Amino acid sequence: MADRTAIAAPFTQTAFGRRKERYQRIAQWVFLGMALAMIIPLVSIVAFLIYRAAPSLNWNFLVDIPRHGMRDGGIWPALVGTFYLVGISLAVAAPIGVLAAIYLNEYAGDNWFNRLINLAVINLAGVPSIVHALFGLGAFVYAARFGYSIISASLTLAIMTLPVIIASTREALASVPQSFREACWNVGATRWQTIKAVVLPNSISGILTGVILQVSRAAGETAPIMFTGAVFYKAVQRGDFFPYHLTDQCMALSMHLYTLATQVPDVKESVSYATAVVLLGVVLLVNAGAIALRIWMRNRKRW
Amino acid sequence: MSDTTPNGIHTRGLNLWYGKFLALKNVDVDIKHGLITSLIGPSGCGKTTLLRCFNRINERFSYVRTEGKIEILGKNIYDPDVSLLELRKSVGMVFQRPNPLPISVYENIVFGLRVHTPGLRLKKSLLDEAVEQALTEVRLWKDLKNRLKTRATSLQLEQQQKLCIARLLPLKPRIILMDEPCSSLDVEGTRAIEELMFNLRGNYTIVIVTHNMAQARRASDECIFMLLGEVKEHTRTEELFLNPQNPKTAEYIEGRYG
Repeated sequence: MADRTAIAAPFTQTAFGRRKERYQRIAQWVFLGMALAMIIPLVSIVAFLIYRAAPSLNWNFLVDIPRHGMRDGGIWPALVGTFYLVGISLAVAAPIGVLAAIYLNEYAGDNWFNRLINLAVINLAGVPSIVHALFGLGAFVYAARFGYSIISASLTLAIMTLPVIIASTREALASVPQSFREACWNVGATRWQTIKAVVLPNSISGILTGVILQVSRAAGETAPIMFTGAVFYKAVQRGDFFPYHLTDQCMALSMHLYTLATQVPDVKESVSYATAVVLLGVVLLVNAGAIALRIWMRNRKRW
Repeated sequence: MSDTTPNGIHTRGLNLWYGKFLALKNVDVDIKHGLITSLIGPSGCGKTTLLRCFNRINERFSYVRTEGKIEILGKNIYDPDVSLLELRKSVGMVFQRPNPLPISVYENIVFGLRVHTPGLRLKKSLLDEAVEQALTEVRLWKDLKNRLKTRATSLQLEQQQKLCIARLLPLKPRIILMDEPCSSLDVEGTRAIEELMFNLRGNYTIVIVTHNMAQARRASDECIFMLLGEVKEHTRTEELFLNPQNPKTAEYIEGRYG
């Protein structure tokens, strides 16, 4: 026994040690592979779409209206329609969601009523979009008598995005250290003074990021607007920025893509692909904006 | 009702429950004005809980229930007409970890004034004066007078803790509560805070919770020993350390438990 320990030089590799390191390398490669597997589909989808869409992708495609029964021309009415729907739905959902989240995170105690609200928020976030669509149809189109219109569609999208905005805002608020709040309360600041002075300035970047990320979700949804206010075709002027009234129905990118892909025979292939590229482009741009905003605001705050 | 100075803190029959757990049992103490009083005892003895009763910060949690009286400036702070905001203005608190707000040094100090004054009445000269006075009082003015615009969270820990004390002063508090104010500081920082406490003594009633018996011994005038939610002994600090009356106190300061 004493001999064997004397023979082995200190700190040299053992057989078991080599096996451990081999497993470690295998694990690392597997994890790397999975991480790459996330990126490859995204990159290949985007590359494939752009490749197929190339013949139709140009400035004219963006600002022109669909022609020849949507087989040619551009997507202007759908692009503007999407901006309308997303803009109005966020204008409704963001203030309600953020203020509700502030209440839930900063004021609400732990009692049955607030637990009920929490439960409602969580469940609402899990409701499928087609169910939201039916709800919007019943509530806004029929019960509220808004008819099939931009307003009905936007409100439906707002209801859909609301719970997620509440959840992301609460997360942003919760990331503000409790000690900041205690510091304020201990000099006799009210909750509202504390929120104004400390909580909001330190969570605004997270709140805005959460709200902006809902833009991409709202822009991509088809079912809720199809049931409540989006149409196949709407005649508008080329390049017209305000072609719709709130009570009009409108076109939208997601809906337009669905129409081209399933309803219009003999459509030029590149037109549908180009529509998808524009939709994807809008979503990616907005997401990139959210990331940039977060980085910019994070660099300004330090604790 | 009490025969001591009216300016201290006087508790009578104070009981406090966390849910069903009785954390303070029938606490009667008279903390004298202008002195440094330390609360010592093993973990979980209720010293921090007692400290937190004095500005009613415990009540943030709905499962806390309090019974009995605490008189400060001759007023029972549990009376229904007491405004928590006004109470906390007179009874300031310093925490274990320095918690300056993530704004400038200047804004940290005037924060209390801003919170308690309608916006338009605050003159710049008045705020400037308050900042200089508070920083001078905590011996930071020389170091920081040219750095008033720096973020308070970027200061050294010791400076942060002094700033947290300075932040209370413009509100002219009567009582300063300190919850282990030196536990995140090094030896130098601890010494500086202790010196500062001595400088503030007289003008303010200072109550300090500490785990560090040596600190209680060198930095306080009176000492309260607590065990399992009860006050076991309250006397002058030398007296408590040299000649403890309660056998439990004696065992604790000898380090037999705790």
